[in-house]
Amino acid sequence: MTRRIVVDTGPMARVEGEGSLSIVETGNGVPEVRLNIFEPPRFFEALLRGRRAEEVPDIVSRICGICPVAYQITSLNALEGLFGVMVDEQVRRLRRILYYGEWIESHALHIFMLAAPDFMQVPDAVAMAERDPGLVKGALTLKRLGNNLVSAIGGREIHPVSLKIGGFYKAPSKEALTSLLPELDRLRGSVQRMVAFVSSLERPSLERETTLVCLHDPEHYAIDRGEIVSNQGDRLVPSAFEENFEEYEVEYSNALHSRTKRGDSYMVGPLARFSLNYDQLNPAARAMAREAGLRPPIKDPFQSILVRALEIVHALEETAMEVKEYEEPTRPSVPFKAKAGTCYGASEAPRGILYHSYTVNGRGQVESAKIVPPTSQNLARMEDDLRILAPRIMKSGADEARRLSEMAIRNYDPCISCATHFLRLDIRRT
Amino acid sequence: MAKPRLGVFKFSSCDGCQLSILDAEDELLEILDRVKLADFLEASSTSEGAPYDIALVEGSISTEEEVERIVRIRKESKMLVALGACATSGGLQALRNWSSLGLFESAVYPEPKVARSLEKALPIGDFVGVDFELRGCPVSKAQLLQFFAATLRGTKPRLPASAVCFECKRAGNPCLVVAGGTPCLGPVTASGCGALCPSRGRGCYGCFGPSDDTNLDSYASWLSAHKIDRSTIGLLLKGANSQSPEFRRWIEKND
Repeated sequence: MTRRIVVDTGPMARVEGEGSLSIVETGNGVPEVRLNIFEPPRFFEALLRGRRAEEVPDIVSRICGICPVAYQITSLNALEGLFGVMVDEQVRRLRRILYYGEWIESHALHIFMLAAPDFMQVPDAVAMAERDPGLVKGALTLKRLGNNLVSAIGGREIHPVSLKIGGFYKAPSKEALTSLLPELDRLRGSVQRMVAFVSSLERPSLERETTLVCLHDPEHYAIDRGEIVSNQGDRLVPSAFEENFEEYEVEYSNALHSRTKRGDSYMVGPLARFSLNYDQLNPAARAMAREAGLRPPIKDPFQSILVRALEIVHALEETAMEVKEYEEPTRPSVPFKAKAGTCYGASEAPRGILYHSYTVNGRGQVESAKIVPPTSQNLARMEDDLRILAPRIMKSGADEARRLSEMAIRNYDPCISCATHFLRLDIRRT
Repeated sequence: MAKPRLGVFKFSSCDGCQLSILDAEDELLEILDRVKLADFLEASSTSEGAPYDIALVEGSISTEEEVERIVRIRKESKMLVALGACATSGGLQALRNWSSLGLFESAVYPEPKVARSLEKALPIGDFVGVDFELRGCPVSKAQLLQFFAATLRGTKPRLPASAVCFECKRAGNPCLVVAGGTPCLGPVTASGCGALCPSRGRGCYGCFGPSDDTNLDSYASWLSAHKIDRSTIGLLLKGANSQSPEFRRWIEKND
């Protein structure tokens, strides 16, 4: 039987981390689709063993330079839950603003620097800027605002230093945040053009059923915490995550894949959030969604880029409101006492659910850790998407085949650096 | 004059240091206008390949494939720059160097087949010559821009070699060790962050690695006078820069 290599990307550009894709026609009608993740593992779960609970947020932050806030806040959700810490309402607000900043930065990076060049058929944002400098400069301004929010609260954009168990080392003054309002308001005024641009991009389509999974928070469009919900009717507390979703090894990848206990692949991220939490999306974002013709639920992964743009609108609006309501907390953190036990935390990283679990001993040290990032949850779904697209891909010329397959992967904004840093640690002692 | 050919490369790392280049939102287009982007996989599908006038390398070396790749990039580059703590001193993944990788890896992979990790994760400089280091976890955007400004002008970039303590004093902070017995690596850590942590009332945890002429033995005895023991210091040094010669030596001798 003849095998024909349809696509072999080699190291893939414009994704975070190192991976490649191959699609091989096997002759029996079933194409072989392989997302080969060759980014070396960094064994973070093992490195955490023996470290003090207080050190965890700064260690897990280093798993990902794109979404360090997501790692820090998820670990805090878990550990603060175990230690019985109730953080001040203003502290929670500050954490949400910090997290919105990360969403804005990460989504703007994805839309304009990683994904849009596909649609415009150029190699990168620099080439896009040659064609439309205003567009790229506007995108960079948006990205900068996200970074400025993270720096104002966290001290720096990447691996911020201000979060701690119980709150913050130091909370920013009201003025430090309100000084960002003029720029924020200006961007709220101009963001509609950005959404219109993304909406105008000619997107392929892929109609297929999928399980969508995200967090739901009764008070907000879920970001910093929530229960796990799905379009299959699941409603779970974070501690039930491992009973309902399982990771498995595939022989060609350094990253584990995930499936539901029913055995199917599933999708986390913007489409799941938009589909399941639509009513909580800020009215400005909902209005623009209607204008763009988007209504929940949305299962077509090629709409992800547009949904990310709408989530930027949401984040800008919510940030403006939260900043106005922010008052410097009377104390930036509350004291805590480490306790032994196992704890669970989840939050909505820009790419979807991030799940952490830690077992802490009586001396306040981590005994074991388990971390499941959004990208590894999406890997099996990405491969399933490519299998469905395969007939279309196989009919295309080499360049178009490659472009379409890479776009199908970038729909998930994969963060491969994250995906390989979490490897199952079932210690089998002999 | 032809534009210098820039390559940006990733090894074992979190992506944060190369993201710092893209995070220079105000300067990015201008910088990229002054170089020929030969390779920057995270940002561009263009891959022209060697040779490189400037190679910025993020990450530590932790697999055999990475050893081969860094040797090749060295040969193809005029100036090789280690970008950030993983590249200059191992990064957090290098903490496995004090454990047995065998235990780590077999725990992860019942039958290891894909990951052929080396026993240790090590800095770039342990394998090839490095022309310039940008420290930090992550690197400082200001230092990154200073580096580009100088290099693109054809001059040698100069970065401060003093300790975080100096930045902290200039910021007018009371000393955390003296005033409250808070463990702080400020006296032995290179500046570059602007004393971010001490300015927030938390001890420095060493993102920029050892400062010049640092004396860890003297520092440790000073801390013990403030009732901070050696095991606490050891834990602090076992951070993102544990494989810098100074930190590594102290840990090996004392921990």
